[in-house]
Amino acid sequence: MTDTPQTDGPMTDAIDARGLKVHFQTAAGLVRAVDGVDLTVRRGAFHGIVGESGCGKTTLARALIGLQSATVGQVSIFGRDRADWAKADRKGFARAVQFIFQDPLGSMSRRQTVGQTLEEPLQIHGIGDNKARRARVQELLDLVALPETVLDRLPRSLSGGQRQRVSIARALALSPQLLICDEPLSALDVSVRAQIVNLFARLQAQLGLTIVIVAHDLAIVREVCSSVTVMYLGRVAEEGEAKAVFSDPAHPYSQALLSAVPSPNPVTEATRPRILLAGDPPSPRNPPPGCRFSSRCPVVEPRCREAEPVLRPVAHGGAAACHLADADAHAMI
Amino acid sequence: MTAPIYQVEGLVIDLYTPTVSVRAVDGAGFHVAPGETLAIVGESGSGKTVMTLGPLGLLPEGVAVDLRGTARADGKDILAMSPAELSRLRGGFFGVIFQDPMSALNPMLKIGPQLAEQARRFAGLSAAEACKEAVSLLARSGIPDPEDRYDRYPHELSGGMLQRAMIALALAARPRVLIADEPTTALDATVQAQILALIRQIQKEDGIAVILITHDIGAVSVLADRVAVLYAGQVAEEGSAIDVLTAPVHPYTRGLLASVPDFRSDSASGTKEIPGIPPNQAQLEAGCRFADRCDRVQPQCNTRRPRLQTVGMGVVPHRVACPVVIAAEGIVTHD
Ligand SMILES: Nc1ncnc2c1ncn2[C@@H]1O[C@H](COP(=O)(O)OP(=O)(O)O)[C@@H](O)[C@H]1O
Ligand SMILES: Nc1ncnc2c1ncn2[C@@H]1O[C@H](COP(=O)(O)OP(=O)(O)O)[C@@H](O)[C@H]1O
Ligand code: SF4
Ligand code: SF4
Ligand SMILES: [Mg+2]
Ligand SMILES: [Mg+2]
Repeated sequence: MTDTPQTDGPMTDAIDARGLKVHFQTAAGLVRAVDGVDLTVRRGAFHGIVGESGCGKTTLARALIGLQSATVGQVSIFGRDRADWAKADRKGFARAVQFIFQDPLGSMSRRQTVGQTLEEPLQIHGIGDNKARRARVQELLDLVALPETVLDRLPRSLSGGQRQRVSIARALALSPQLLICDEPLSALDVSVRAQIVNLFARLQAQLGLTIVIVAHDLAIVREVCSSVTVMYLGRVAEEGEAKAVFSDPAHPYSQALLSAVPSPNPVTEATRPRILLAGDPPSPRNPPPGCRFSSRCPVVEPRCREAEPVLRPVAHGGAAACHLADADAHAMI
Repeated sequence: MTAPIYQVEGLVIDLYTPTVSVRAVDGAGFHVAPGETLAIVGESGSGKTVMTLGPLGLLPEGVAVDLRGTARADGKDILAMSPAELSRLRGGFFGVIFQDPMSALNPMLKIGPQLAEQARRFAGLSAAEACKEAVSLLARSGIPDPEDRYDRYPHELSGGMLQRAMIALALAARPRVLIADEPTTALDATVQAQILALIRQIQKEDGIAVILITHDIGAVSVLADRVAVLYAGQVAEEGSAIDVLTAPVHPYTRGLLASVPDFRSDSASGTKEIPGIPPNQAQLEAGCRFADRCDRVQPQCNTRRPRLQTVGMGVVPHRVACPVVIAAEGIVTHD
């Protein structure tokens, strides 16, 4: 039932976005939610997008798959121009790419049982007869480790973790190749968070999915993601292999963001050096001139306020957008 | 050790709705002393909020409540107090910070006057003094340009600033016990770090008792001196933060901690999961509430309810409600 998307071949990236901008015209002025993002996600990657609220993560995630139209920029998915693909074969595109929303309840009908919720995409896409669909629903339940007893229940009556499993199962119904998830863990308790994160990791290995996850919880991103993008005010501050970025962050913002995550061990916590970043992020309505982080950066220099740094390769193999970071060295705050 | 300023023992709270009755708190207790931070940790629904705020008369709306046990604030029996006395205690002796600042702040009123009113009413200040106090509370809560923010409405502030405004509100009455109910759950890590640092600073300066209600182990590790781990309305384990977080004994505490990755630790910490979900508190069964999720479960766990036993020799008692692990690991108990 899977039809592999036609691509330029197995070596193409899952996502390749160039010069992506999403600007919103509002009464209070132009909001540059996403302001010139290049993003590459390799096939089979588990890619994390992190950054403070308002930095444009949701807008970027939505723009990648056309849930939000971009002001400028171009996105390829599995080597095909996304806009062309969606125009030429809307259903095929919808089968290949699925989005999981932050609030699982918001994306399900309140009056539909779990069984109906899971069967609906199969019906819409005319997949299988009644019997085959039932079997597929059962398969989906097994994939996300839900008991059959949930089939007749309404989403509202489920626990937060169960609801998130249902929304994952629904997203998997059409056997997508790419799953984009907007903060699927934020509303969950820690132990349930671990269950869901392990579920993602297992599904990825089992089904060969590419997963992009927008997440708040940096410790979990470091634990499960293969690659990561750190965003600040609509731009990419740093990117690279997750373990590398987390162990040797080159951008002062990444350093501060990581430092804000407390250690669960109180002894480590009491003794580690800590950077307390002052203030909230400035507004994407009028980002500071030059480097966008310059208004909060502990190691800011005069030149930072003049020229906006571009992404350059850094020591860990990824890239960072900071005047003080290049392949040879970077500032430590 | 300083004597506790807020102490709850043998608390049982039953909640009744037309369709279900739930034992939200099932014989739990805790205590906190001036200058001390107690963290109450547990998954959502474990009873943290009801246990801590219930004795103060802050209970879920629209449900019938049956509450038994003992609760003392500054030595006084608060369960015997009249609603008026209790309300005074809540406004003055206790300060509460909620997860959602908008539940405490009036959206129709400017921030400053709300603070001033609180200070006038509960700290006994004149109107002019209260107004000055409001500005200094805003400043103290780390709000830049407090004179300007005084005249702002809640919706004009960012999430982090609102949380600070609510802390200012909780401090307005000069409380002796500050209860922070999931104060940072909805905030970015950067802002969470600021808010936790602020609470710590206030506690140091004022020497007040702080109760931090949270499911975030990181927040516990930053702030807590002592920790009580709540599971299904019962205390599974309690002790110093160092004992409980670095040498947990109860299988639930161990499971909870193993589900939290620590990217600063070299040892593979990982995200181990506890299988299953917490029990349905509408069905009260004998035995250990954790039994159906526990990897150490023994036949007797299903029939005998474990009681808290003191383990180890620390100054701060470390108490654990799991006879199985205590026996299996040869842990010495003394009580
Ligand atoms: N539809 C919209 N209209 C106007 N502004 C928007 C809209 N959607 C998002 N924004 C603004 O764009 C910025 C980025 O938002 P968002 O992508 O939701 O960030 P994040 O997901 O990182 O929290 C924010 O300042 C937000 O207020
Ligand atoms: N408004 C309510 N109606 C019915 N039951 C409630 C209500 N609020 C809380 N409860 C019950 O009380 C238990 C404890 O709730 P609470 O103290 O809010 O948990 P926590 O703060 O640990 O998330 C919950 O498991 C729930 O069953
Ligand atoms: S470019 Fe300058 S202001 Fe920006 S992050 Fe680097 S040092 Fe800080
Ligand atoms: S008493 Fe039994 S079921 Fe309960 S935590 Fe201990 S071993 Fe597990
Ligand atoms: Mg978002
Ligand atoms: Mg609560």
